[in-house]
Amino acid sequence: MSTNIKPAAGTEVRQPASRATHSAPSFWASVWLVSTREIMSRLRSKAFLISTGILLLIAVGSVVAGGVMSANPSTTKVAVVGTASAAVGESSGLTAVPAVDLAAAEELVRDGTVEAAIVPDDSLIGVGVIALDSPPSAVMNALSISPAVELLDPAEQGGFLVYIVALGFGLVFFMSALTFGSTIAQSVVEEKQTRVVEILMSTIPVRALLAGKVLGNSIMALGQILAIALLVGIGMAVTGQRVLLADLGPAIAWFAVFFAFGFVMIAALFAATASMVSRQEDVGTTTAPVTYLVMIPYFAVIFFNENPLVMAIMSYVPFSAPVGMPVRVFLGTAEWWEPLVSLVILALTTAAVILFGSRIYRNSLLKMGGRVSYKQALRG
Amino acid sequence: MLEIRDINKHYGAHQVLTDVSFTVGDGRMTGFVGANGAGKTTSMRIILGVLSPDSGSVLLDGVPLTAGDRRRFGYMPEERGLYPKMKVAEQLVYLARLHGLSTAAAKRNTGDLLERLGLGERANDFVEALSLGNQQRAQIAAALVHDPEFLVLDEPFSGLDPIAVEVVLTVLKEHAAAGAPVLFSSHQLDLVERLCDDLVIIAAGEIRANGSRERLREQFSTPRFEIHTDADAGWIRGVDGITVIDFDGGEAVFDADSDAASQSVLREALTRGAVHSFGHLRPTLSAIFKEVVQ
Repeated sequence: MSTNIKPAAGTEVRQPASRATHSAPSFWASVWLVSTREIMSRLRSKAFLISTGILLLIAVGSVVAGGVMSANPSTTKVAVVGTASAAVGESSGLTAVPAVDLAAAEELVRDGTVEAAIVPDDSLIGVGVIALDSPPSAVMNALSISPAVELLDPAEQGGFLVYIVALGFGLVFFMSALTFGSTIAQSVVEEKQTRVVEILMSTIPVRALLAGKVLGNSIMALGQILAIALLVGIGMAVTGQRVLLADLGPAIAWFAVFFAFGFVMIAALFAATASMVSRQEDVGTTTAPVTYLVMIPYFAVIFFNENPLVMAIMSYVPFSAPVGMPVRVFLGTAEWWEPLVSLVILALTTAAVILFGSRIYRNSLLKMGGRVSYKQALRG
Repeated sequence: MLEIRDINKHYGAHQVLTDVSFTVGDGRMTGFVGANGAGKTTSMRIILGVLSPDSGSVLLDGVPLTAGDRRRFGYMPEERGLYPKMKVAEQLVYLARLHGLSTAAAKRNTGDLLERLGLGERANDFVEALSLGNQQRAQIAAALVHDPEFLVLDEPFSGLDPIAVEVVLTVLKEHAAAGAPVLFSSHQLDLVERLCDDLVIIAAGEIRANGSRERLREQFSTPRFEIHTDADAGWIRGVDGITVIDFDGGEAVFDADSDAASQSVLREALTRGAVHSFGHLRPTLSAIFKEVVQ
């Protein structure tokens, strides 16, 4: 050779390693390396830490607020004149403010000190109510005499509580799936946009790369869910809502199990759709269908949590089951085997989605420039 | 020995590679030369298993290359890039571990390599905070951090400052000297010519020429000679069987119909004065390249 290159000053000649020195790590070792990197880069992100902190604060705050509200049932102030105080004394929801006469009671109603005035009159129940601009339902309910009611099939939970619990599951699922789903989408496009993906593809199987990203983000998402569940549980125990905790516990446990599978499915979809574009700016557009999939159960559970048919369907459709089934477990409308059947359906769907997603992912990773069409991505 | 055998690849209706075959011998520096879009990058991606060919195979010592074998390759893709928000050293350790090194070995190699590339003080900086030149060095480190036994480098010199070019050259030569097959593509034909033992020239997805540098020069050489004498060389025009191509004072370049004709020029020149040089002109790589790709 006619070259005259010498090693740069201060460098020593290093021999390549002999062929026996390192063996390829196993598939799962590669997956674990990738997922560890995902987790570490998430834990170092200030935005992630702050948003997680806020989410946990909201969870704790709502439990504490619920505890305080149930501990101090609100009472309505009413002005009472003369013998009317006897009627008020028997009802629990009212606080009597004595007034000397009718005119003084009317004055208290007008200036807002009390919601209504209760005055003696000649009617059947012996008192009348004076209010400002509309009939005061709380006062009227407190004074009413209700007939005895016998429930043949009592609902286990009250309507409002059901709504709150359904909303809670829906919101946590929606927030976590969307947060970690878009994180995985951004991470996929980052690797594509910065072109580091080609080095990764030449080093480990594409399936290991995808599995590592899904696993890493699933661990983070599940960790967040468990932290919320734990805080809610502790919060309820501390604020004396043990009865509610006993009802809610199994539902929360099922939610965590369903979420583990459901999120893996959603993460695979986010990764696959994100791999079809080359720039962060396009992530929103390409992942939009997956985002809708995540939003539908959230809105459905808000609007239809009292509709048994819709809830039953939701609890079996894979992408809404993580919300639908725990709500039905809470309501007590699910047989013991129903969560298991739904979980099997979800797990099978998740497996199918992973196969479908990894095909898109593999075929799209090296295609730079415009958006890769589904046809191209699936055909390869 | 790395052998690429009968590779075909198409994208849609576009045939990118047609029956591509060549070998990269142990200890041979092999230059891969072609115009943009000729199929170099696609070939290299197929060797690394990043793309699958429609047909054909890549063999290592006669056996189809496995994913495990490929982890012993050092690959520098044409499309450069590392994680921008990861520290340089951390990133190299990560890549080394993906290639199967233990954490300790990965850290040791990273430290050595960064020192060697002059990036020691930048080890804990984010990649995005590095200058472009230093990012290129980090990229080289990424291809070498796992002590690869085979090197496949796509345009390793583009964008490098002269010092970094020398470092990369040194590393490539070391690997070749230790018996590793080294394949690299480049647009800088003079560099390839200076460096390579073997050449592969590709155009429009087909291998147009391949073999050792000397053999190719032989193959594409014409009976063209150059002479450098003291006396005016104008008389050469009159010699039978000689066509003068270029002439300036005592120097001349001419084509000879036969060996006898060229030898008669030399004999004649010696009778007229001192001859400083006389020789068969071998074509340069860029001349061969122009000829084959046409």
